[in-house]
Amino acid sequence: MSDRRFGFRTRALHAGTPPDGETGARALPLHLSTAFVFDSTEHAAELFALRTYGNIYTRIGNPTVAAFEEKLASLEGGLGALATASGLAAQLITILSVAQQGDHLVASANLYGGTVTQFSVTLQRMGIETTFVAPGDLDAVRAALRENTRALFVETIGNPNGNVADIAALAALAHEAGVPLVVDNTFATPYLCRPIEHGADIVVHSATKFIGGHGTVMGGAIVESGLFPWGAGRHPLLSTPSPGYHGLNFAETFGEYAFLQRARVEVLRDVGASISPMNAWLLVQGLETLAMRMPQHVENARAVAAFLRGRSEVAWVSYADLPDSPDHSLAERYLPLGAGAVFTFGLHGGRDAGRAFIEALELWSHLANVGDAKSLVIHPASTTHQQLTDEQLRAGGVLPEMVRLSVGLEDVDDLIWDLERGLAAAAAVAVAPALSDARA
Amino acid sequence: MILETAAQRRALLDRSRTVAMVGASANPSRPSYFVFSYLRTRGKFDLTPINPTIAEIDGVRAYASLAAYAEERAAPDIVDVFRRPDEAPQVTREAIAVGAKAIWFQYGVINQAAIQLADDAGLDVVVDRCIKVESARFDGGLALGGMNTGLLTAKRRIR
Repeated sequence: MSDRRFGFRTRALHAGTPPDGETGARALPLHLSTAFVFDSTEHAAELFALRTYGNIYTRIGNPTVAAFEEKLASLEGGLGALATASGLAAQLITILSVAQQGDHLVASANLYGGTVTQFSVTLQRMGIETTFVAPGDLDAVRAALRENTRALFVETIGNPNGNVADIAALAALAHEAGVPLVVDNTFATPYLCRPIEHGADIVVHSATKFIGGHGTVMGGAIVESGLFPWGAGRHPLLSTPSPGYHGLNFAETFGEYAFLQRARVEVLRDVGASISPMNAWLLVQGLETLAMRMPQHVENARAVAAFLRGRSEVAWVSYADLPDSPDHSLAERYLPLGAGAVFTFGLHGGRDAGRAFIEALELWSHLANVGDAKSLVIHPASTTHQQLTDEQLRAGGVLPEMVRLSVGLEDVDDLIWDLERGLAAAAAVAVAPALSDARA
Repeated sequence: MILETAAQRRALLDRSRTVAMVGASANPSRPSYFVFSYLRTRGKFDLTPINPTIAEIDGVRAYASLAAYAEERAAPDIVDVFRRPDEAPQVTREAIAVGAKAIWFQYGVINQAAIQLADDAGLDVVVDRCIKVESARFDGGLALGGMNTGLLTAKRRIR
């Protein structure tokens, strides 16, 4: 072996997926097996006591899943990874690995709505409280960090508002307070941003999005740097004896691997939100071409944003890639190859214009997802948030006229052709006073 | 020489046979027992606990000191250190005295004076690494846990 540091594309193809040692298979074998035989009773005992490595049961680990984990960890520059059933599962397992009842989190106020709900409802019910703060307000972040805070959670690129996290500054604040910075890197992918290089301790992903890349498969992942001092006393779940493993102290026994070990053998084991080996296998195929797909996603997104900026029907475009975006300087620092391919824009004419725009589109798929190879669109005010009044929408940071795009890999001229049709329909509604305006 | 790269650590493990584990514990919940148990069941190394407070671990005889071990068994290829950082210089002097070829300081056993002593005496030195993890990095175990081994090859490896 050599000590060469291989490039991103090489690692995307080779890391975690050497030829199979048993068969010589060049492609990653798909191990659809729930369980694995032990060599002997002693081997079984050693495995269950965590004293040796090996396969036991696919809820805890699986060789195909492990290949996906290693490949993603390599691309993010982490110590290792843990794959999960979804991005939400990755977040839950991350939090439950470091926090318990009575503990506290600080999180960005500009997170994906599903994450806000997970933190503010489900985790709250479990006795883990979250303070939400504007991630750009570093003083507010510092003020929110408390003695019982166990983690600071942000998104590289906020969903849907597109704000870019100042990862290095947030990491410094978190470390000052003795807590890890957790970054959801779903929108950027490790191709556009590697948060660990900027000081983040844990990266989480909804691999369902650009990592899979084809809208086919659910999955999530946690990557850890291996650099956070878990044994320093701030995280007793990792640095005090575990009743589940005969008094095992994870930080003392596993050193830099403490977090990933506990996340797998206690939290994933007990939560059960494991990824299917089939899904992990598909995600490996996705990662292999990530570095081919992301530049094209960005190029198409830039062209679409430029088109929308030039249209009179469009009130605003919020995309950190645009030079006049308030997040542009952060995007230049953290996302030098482009600020992703998901962004929002606002239509003149509010909620009804948004509805008409969506209805008129032929090529853009109207659905609640991002990161497909196909272009996707959603108008939150007429779909996911339709039960809210305009005032309630604004209070939640979702404007009635806001449309979110996930720009795919089609011929960009075709995408723009379709958007022109949508804009014409929106304009027709915007000039006629809509009945439903009275409702809002 | 201080071994800083994976290839250097792999070469050390490949050329070594006898490992004296200073501070190895017979308590199954201690990190040193995890390492001892893993390496013993893999059968790769000839392991010996060095600990004056115990007679053996899992039937493997313990020696009270490196000197007592070397007197009967010759110099170990690797002295693996599970002691507090402030005790590392003394262990290092003993390792040098018996002619050990390498000294391996486990997680958290970081002492600059000890590192300097060992390096000056011509020993191979590994710092703040786990000999179990590094063994598993090269034999496939670590990869099964989803860890980033840093290894990359298009050659078939029989694990």
